[in-house]
Amino acid sequence: MTPPEPPDAGAVEPEAAGSAAPASQGGEPRGNSQPLLQCSEVVAGYGATNILHGVSLAVNRGEVVTIIGPNGSGKSTLMKAIAGLVRVRSGRVSFRDADVSHFPPQRIVREGLCYVPQVANVFPTLSIRENLEMGGFIRRGGSEERIQEMFRMFPDLGRRPNQQAGSLSGGQRQMLAIGRALMVEPTLLILDEPTAGLAPAIMHSTFEMLQDINRGGVSLLLVEQNTREALMMSDRGYVLAVGENRLEDKGSALLDHPELEMLYLGA
Amino acid sequence: MDLSGILNYLVGFAIMAGIYGVFALGLNVHWGYTGILNAGIAGFFAVGAYTAALLTTQPPDPLLFEDFKFGGNLAQMGFLRLGIDLWFFVSLGAAGVAAGILAWLMGFLTLRLRSDYLAIAMVGVAETVRLIFLNEQWLANGSKGLYRIPGFLSEWVTPEFHDYLYLATVLIILALLFMVSELALRSPWGRVLRSIREDETAAEASGKNVFRFKVQAFVMGAVIMGIGGALFAHNVRFVSPLTFSPLLATFVIWAMLIVGGSGNNRGAILGAFVVWGIWSGTQFMPGIFSDANFRFFMIGVLIVAVFVIRPGGILGPDRRIARLGASSQPPPTAGPSGSKGAG
Amino acid sequence: MVAFIVGVGFLPFVKMELVANGIIIGGIIALGAIGATLIFGILGFANLAHGDYMTSGAYLGLFLMGSVLPRIGLEGEGLGPFTFGYPVLIALPLTVVAVAVGAIWIDASIYRRLRNRRAGLIIMTMTSLGMAIALRGLVRMIWGGDTAQYPRESRQFYNLPLEISMPPDAVFISAVSVILVAAVYIILNYTRMGKAMRATSDNPDLALVSGIDTAGVIRWTWAIGAGLAATAGVLLAVFQAQLLPVMGWDFMLLVFASLTLGGIGNPHGALMGALLIGVTSEIATEWMNPSYKPVVAFAIMILALLVRPRGIIVGKLR
Repeated sequence: MTPPEPPDAGAVEPEAAGSAAPASQGGEPRGNSQPLLQCSEVVAGYGATNILHGVSLAVNRGEVVTIIGPNGSGKSTLMKAIAGLVRVRSGRVSFRDADVSHFPPQRIVREGLCYVPQVANVFPTLSIRENLEMGGFIRRGGSEERIQEMFRMFPDLGRRPNQQAGSLSGGQRQMLAIGRALMVEPTLLILDEPTAGLAPAIMHSTFEMLQDINRGGVSLLLVEQNTREALMMSDRGYVLAVGENRLEDKGSALLDHPELEMLYLGA
Repeated sequence: MDLSGILNYLVGFAIMAGIYGVFALGLNVHWGYTGILNAGIAGFFAVGAYTAALLTTQPPDPLLFEDFKFGGNLAQMGFLRLGIDLWFFVSLGAAGVAAGILAWLMGFLTLRLRSDYLAIAMVGVAETVRLIFLNEQWLANGSKGLYRIPGFLSEWVTPEFHDYLYLATVLIILALLFMVSELALRSPWGRVLRSIREDETAAEASGKNVFRFKVQAFVMGAVIMGIGGALFAHNVRFVSPLTFSPLLATFVIWAMLIVGGSGNNRGAILGAFVVWGIWSGTQFMPGIFSDANFRFFMIGVLIVAVFVIRPGGILGPDRRIARLGASSQPPPTAGPSGSKGAG
Repeated sequence: MVAFIVGVGFLPFVKMELVANGIIIGGIIALGAIGATLIFGILGFANLAHGDYMTSGAYLGLFLMGSVLPRIGLEGEGLGPFTFGYPVLIALPLTVVAVAVGAIWIDASIYRRLRNRRAGLIIMTMTSLGMAIALRGLVRMIWGGDTAQYPRESRQFYNLPLEISMPPDAVFISAVSVILVAAVYIILNYTRMGKAMRATSDNPDLALVSGIDTAGVIRWTWAIGAGLAATAGVLLAVFQAQLLPVMGWDFMLLVFASLTLGGIGNPHGALMGALLIGVTSEIATEWMNPSYKPVVAFAIMILALLVRPRGIIVGKLR
């Protein structure tokens, strides 16, 4: 078990150190700096039904924040709403002081916010290298250098750049998905269940890799089913239930919260 | 044109519009009820029309250079005429059965396909049917077609009045088919169809054999189209492969249903009259409007425009039944509530 | 693969001329099918107007070669061994550009509205059917419903070994087909926009969140798809030595049978499917009335779909 590590003080964002102080109510953080990402009272859904009924959360610079909640609580919808794939019907998503609630997905990427979906998170008929190239589509002036960086970061991928992504194993595919999202050097990476369906050992190394990424200065917002491990590495956590905020606390503190077990038992 | 001329024209118009109304009803069972994208109506239309024609036409006459093998000549068969032309109903029934069998066979092959594949498959069915009737001389006289098809009750009235009689016949049959469609749609069976249209996966998950229901709906719609084909054959009294061009035998019918409002039987019939009105009315207009090719163009524009501007058509989907709405909106229980449109 | 082995096994029993013809037709089908499969993969619907884009291309070619170019003194037929003259070489690129621009315009004014409304695939397909009718109506309004011809001069057929007799135009048609198929291959595999097209076809949502310019991808898809269709139309008009307003619609069954065989969104599969359909339907004329060719293609398509509903030659990886 790794203890929750504070974000590296030497990271690019100096105010990250202050973010360890958790927000109290409604996701409004204390401190003098605005949070990196702030969702206030976000309502979103599909067709005639709303899935999210006013969700608020904040991610400060340098933080790792985990959202947990039972199935159907709207975690994935929240991710998609932040990434611009699902329309925000009311409320507000702001990122780096800009209201991105109604930005198209491409524009959100340009702002430095990248999203890794849970399933279908690579382009299956494209090669590994092409997947990374597509991740860096918005980079002007070529992405070759960054691709080499990714290959150094994920040597497994670098060994066979021309393999089709569709034929990769679960763990490698997840690496490629994350590598694809890192191509634009985002400030915030949001990941929907990055360890779903992975073998325990691979899951463990994925979490370690995410921590490395975070130490490199990238803030993380995760949705996780592997609650314990995810909360252990998180600065803060949110619990979502039926499209609403339920709890919010420091990552490790949330683990011991009595209501958590109740929620998962379907209370 | 004097008054009676105009009246005669209007009657002729109404007969065709009524027959197209039958096709639109059949298409509504496919598309409006079940979501089957049948882009090959012409195939079922042709099979219905040719079946009716072959059963009732006189045997081939070499003196007329007819070289097909079989003409049923039902119209001259003793007990079927008896003054009330029973053969006509045999002919309609057989046309429906023939189109139904074709639908059953093709449905088995294609209804598991995704809807866009299905649409292309249906274009293929229609094209195959047309090519068979064109190339197989022995079957139906090839490109010369069949032109001695008898009319219904033509001995009762003078030719001038026959159209009035036939209009009444067509409208009665249209009303009957409308009632049958409405009843079917409001039955538990119809409710399953609508659930398939709304969400096929969910219908499957709730234990319905989606494929079987689709085949049934496909056959039902095709039977209606086959009957329409027979009504057409006994009206125009001439069928040839050229009759079943994709434009007048498929696209126009789509335009009718889409303009009227898919999923809505009243809309289907209204659409048939509106579109056929536009189609045949524009030929009297001056200049370019009377150009058949321009009208052809306008049919396409009309379909596109409806989809872009008003996807629901004039009437929109039948509000009482369009959405399943789960518990909030149970379909009207009193069965024949929709029958007031009959007559 | 199996189909190819079986096919090769039959070769000694069929007339090689039919096979050669089938390959040439297959090349024309491939131009249509590669475009249609790209549109299918990236926009998500079967463009039922694809055949009529071909027709439009063929008739625009006629307009240029028959009316416009002669006015400015560019006129001629019988270029080298071919029936047509050098104006084809001017008219073809102009036609491609015109049809591509037209297709982009149609998308911007019609399909984009439907996409913004999140209309389903059936609405899109039906709209393209309406578009097909409108385009054909337009062609008939302008050029009438009768057959027409490009300016041409009769030529002797080549007599090749294996009793193959071949019109010289076939050389031109094959060359254009091969060049364009190769060009599409290069675009899709070696250019940024081409890769983005494949990515969008693979996974549209992921393409969006990767920051891919999907609007640009869609424009390029129409440009390439409609451009190839226009070329196919002109080549078909040259090969059949006539134009008809229904030529594209009739050809569409062959095109869609091919792309279905190859697996939707898979240009490589579409090419193989096109050659297979071209050769098979040509060989079938040995035993049946040639006008049944579309029926043969249709039967192969249905059979293939029953065996492997996602396309038989190379199923798309999921």
